[in-house]
Amino acid sequence: MSAGSLRLRGRSRADHARGALFQGLLLFSLAIGFVTLGVLLFDVLQRGLPYLDLALLTNAPSTDPQIAGARPAILATVYMMVILLVTVLPIGVATAIYLEEYANKERWYNRLLDLNIQNLAAVPSIVYGILGLAFLVRGLGLGRVLLAGALILTLLVLPIVIVSSREAIRAVPDSIRQGGYALGATQWQVIWRQVLPSAIPGIATGSILALARAIGETAPLILVGALTYVSFNPTIMGPFTALPIQIYQYISRPQEEFKLIAAAAIIVLLAILLTMNAFAIWLRNRYQKRW
Amino acid sequence: MPPMETTAAPVKIAGMRVETAGARELPAQREVLFDVKDLRVTYAGVPALDGVSLEIYRNYITAFIGPSGCGKSTFIRCFNRLNDMIPSASVEGSVLYHGEDLYGKDVDPVEVRKLIGMVFQKPNPFPKSIYDNIAFGPRVLGMKDGLDERVEQALHQAALWDEVKDRLKESALSLSGGQQQRLCIARCLAVEPEVILMDEPASALDPISTTRIEDLMHELKRNYTIVIVTHNMQQAARVADKTAFFSVDVAPDGNRRTGILVEYDDTSKIFTTPADKRTEDYVTGRFG
Amino acid sequence: MATPEVTSGARPRLRAEGRRWGEDAIKGVLALCALVSVLTTAGIVIALLEPAIEFFRFVSLREFFTTTRWAPLFEPASFGVLPLLNGTFLVTAIAVAVCMPFGLGAAIYLSEYARPRVRKTLKPAFEVLAGIPTVVFGFFALTFVTPLLRSIGIEVEIFNALSAGLVMGVMLLPTVASLSEDAMTAVPQSLRDGAYALGSSRLQVSTRIVVPAAISGIVASYVLAISRAVGETMIVLIAAGQLARVTFDPQLAIQTMTAFIAATGTGDVPRGTVDYNTIFAVGLTLFVITFAMNMVSIRLVRRYREVYE
Repeated sequence: MSAGSLRLRGRSRADHARGALFQGLLLFSLAIGFVTLGVLLFDVLQRGLPYLDLALLTNAPSTDPQIAGARPAILATVYMMVILLVTVLPIGVATAIYLEEYANKERWYNRLLDLNIQNLAAVPSIVYGILGLAFLVRGLGLGRVLLAGALILTLLVLPIVIVSSREAIRAVPDSIRQGGYALGATQWQVIWRQVLPSAIPGIATGSILALARAIGETAPLILVGALTYVSFNPTIMGPFTALPIQIYQYISRPQEEFKLIAAAAIIVLLAILLTMNAFAIWLRNRYQKRW
Repeated sequence: MPPMETTAAPVKIAGMRVETAGARELPAQREVLFDVKDLRVTYAGVPALDGVSLEIYRNYITAFIGPSGCGKSTFIRCFNRLNDMIPSASVEGSVLYHGEDLYGKDVDPVEVRKLIGMVFQKPNPFPKSIYDNIAFGPRVLGMKDGLDERVEQALHQAALWDEVKDRLKESALSLSGGQQQRLCIARCLAVEPEVILMDEPASALDPISTTRIEDLMHELKRNYTIVIVTHNMQQAARVADKTAFFSVDVAPDGNRRTGILVEYDDTSKIFTTPADKRTEDYVTGRFG
Repeated sequence: MATPEVTSGARPRLRAEGRRWGEDAIKGVLALCALVSVLTTAGIVIALLEPAIEFFRFVSLREFFTTTRWAPLFEPASFGVLPLLNGTFLVTAIAVAVCMPFGLGAAIYLSEYARPRVRKTLKPAFEVLAGIPTVVFGFFALTFVTPLLRSIGIEVEIFNALSAGLVMGVMLLPTVASLSEDAMTAVPQSLRDGAYALGSSRLQVSTRIVVPAAISGIVASYVLAISRAVGETMIVLIAAGQLARVTFDPQLAIQTMTAFIAATGTGDVPRGTVDYNTIFAVGLTLFVITFAMNMVSIRLVRRYREVYE
C-alpha cells in the first residue's frame, strides 16, 4: 500500500491559468505586428486603389490632382536600381571574398574592417545623406544629381551585400577548397571555379534584398537633393526625384486628394518590393545547396 | 621498370591473422623519394610533432599508424604543404623531395601540389558532374588538350570507368561513398602526380569499398608512390611495404602532448618483431 | 637482405614559372574594394567633424547642450540642442515601450512555444514588417493612427509624438523579435530539458531559464532598437512635427534631431554659414549617440555568440 497517492495531475488551476495567460500574452505580442501590418495594408489599399490607374504611371506630377502622376519618380527609381546593381555588387562581393578567403583573421586591421562593416550597417540612413551632401554634392561638385543619389544608396546598402555574401561564401564547405588546393589549383582558381559558383544563389538573394532596402530609402535622398517637384524625365547627371520622395511630397501637400494619390503610389512601391522579395525567397529556396 | 621481388608474409595483428594477399612486389633498387630530417610542426608555438626523420621510397606504399592525436595527419600534410593553409602553423626542419627542400625559399606550394596529390578521409567531390570533377585539375593546370582521354584514363586507373562511363554528365554527388572516393582518386590521378598522399582514405567507407580501395592501391603503386595514414592496423599490414609508428610524448607536467616517430621499418618487422616496446604494445593491442 | 639504396637524380620543378603576379594583383584589387567601407566611415567622420568644429567655434559646447531653445534661424538665434534631444527621446521612449515587451513576447513565442512548422511560416511573415519602407509607416501614422487616437478620445495634435512613437515601435518589433529569438534559439536544448525533467512548466522554463541565458542577445536587440529609433527620420518627419520644444507630453508636436536635419538639408542654406553648420553639429551628436549604442550592441552579440557557439 503506498503511503500517499501519486500526484500526476498535480498542477493547480492557478498554474494552468497563469500558463494560459502567459501564452495568450505572447500570442498577443505576435498579433500586434501582424494586425498592424494588416491594417496598414488594408488602409493603403482602400485609399489608394481608386487612384491606381495608368495615369499614375505615365503622368508627371501636377498641381491638379486629377492628372498628377509619378512617372519621373518611377523612372528615376529604376535608373537608380540599375546603377546600384552595377556598383554595389562587385564591391560588396569583392570585399566579402577578401574577408573570407584572404584576410588573416588574427590581424588587427582585418578585425577592425569587420567591426567597421558591422557598424556601418547600423548607422542612421540620414547620416549617409549628410555624407552625400558634404562629399558628393558639394565636395566633388557633382551637384544634386541622380548619380549622387545612387552612389549614396550604394554605400548605404553595401554592408548588407557584404554580410550576406560572406555568409554564402562561408557556407561552402572547406573540404571543397582543400580538394581544389590539393590538386595544385591556386587560391584564386579555387575561389573562382568552386567557391563563387556555389555561393551565387546566396549572393543573389542578399543583393536583391539589399536593393529592395535601397529603393525604400528616403532620408538620404532628401539631403542629396532629390527635388520634390520634378515634372520632366530624369537623367543620370540631372536633377531627380525618386518614388519614396514623390510619395513624401504628395503626403505633404495640404489637399486631401493628394494623400490618396500618395496611397496609390505607395501601392506601386509596395508591389515592386513584394515582387523583389518574393523573387529573392524563390531564388533561395530553389537553389539552396544541401551540403 | 626495375625488376620486382615478391615477399608474401602473412602476419598476426592483435590476435588476428592477416593475409597480405599475394603480391608485395618491391623494386630491386630502393630509391629515396622523400628525405625528412628533424621535422617539427608547431601550431601557434605549441609543438604538435617533433624530431621526425625518415625516408620514403619510390613505388612503395608507406603507412603511418598510431593512436589518435599523434600527429600523423599533420605529418602527411607536410608533404604537400597543405599546412600552409593554417596561419598559425609553422614547419621547421627539412623535407627533401628528389633532393630539393620542399620548404625552400623559392618553392611554390602550388607547384608542389601538382606533383604530390592528396585524397582525403571524407570523400569531397565537387558539386559538379563526374566529368567536370576529373577535368577540373587538368583545366586549371592548363592541360587543355585531350581532356576526354585524360578523364577516361584517370577513371580507368581508379577502377571506376566501367561503373560511370555511361553517366559522365551526372552529378558526382549521386555516386555512393565508395565510388565517390574512387572518383577523388581519379581526380587526383588526372593531373599526373608522382606521389599520392592518402589521409585515412577508407575510414568513412564500408568494408567492401575499403577492400576495393586497398586493391587499387596495390595496382597504383606500380606507377605512383603512395603514403597513407591509417588508424586501422590490419589495413596497414595488408597494404603497406613500410610502416612508421607514431606515438604521443606527454610532457612531465602532463599538459604538452607532442607527436613523435617511434619506429619505422618494413611492415612485417613492425608487426612481428618490433624493436621498441611502445610499438609492440600498440600492435598487440595493449593500448591505443 | 638489404636492398641497395639510391637517391633519385631527377630534379623536380618546384618553382613557379614567374612570380604569380596574377594572384597578388587579385588580392590587391579585393583589398582595395574592402577599403571602400573604411573610406565610407572616414568620409562620414570628416563630413561631420569639419563643419561641426567650425560650428562649435561660434557656439560654445555649453550653450549647445544646456540651452533649452532651438531657434537657429531666428533673431536672436538660439542654439540649444536640448529640445531636439527631447523630441528624439520622447518618440524613442514611446517606441521602446512598444517594441521591447512585445518584441520579446513574440520572440519567446516563436522560440519556445511555436511548433517548428508554424515557426517556419511565421518568422518570415514577421520579417515583412521590417521590409516596409519608413515613408509608408510615416503615412500610416499621419493618416490613420492620429485620427484613430483622436477618435478614442486622446487629444493629439495633427503632428504629435505619440502616433510617431507607436508606429515606430511596431516597425521595430521585427528587430527586437529577430535578434532575441536568435539568442534564445542558441541556448542549448539540454538546459531546457534539464528544467523540464524537473517538472517545470513552459512558462517557468521560458522566463527563468531561457531568457536569462539569452539575456546578452536580448539586451543587444534592445540597444539596437533604441539606436534605430534615434536614427529614424521619415516617420517623425511626416508625423511628429517641426516644432522644437521641451516637453514630455506626447500629444504635442515636437521635432527630433533627424527631422531637423532633413528639413534644413533640403533648403538652399548657403554653405559655410552657422545655419548650414547646424546640420552637422546635430548630425555629429546623432552619430555619436548611435555609434556608442551600436558598439554596445555588437559587443553584447559577440558575447552570447562566444558562449554558445
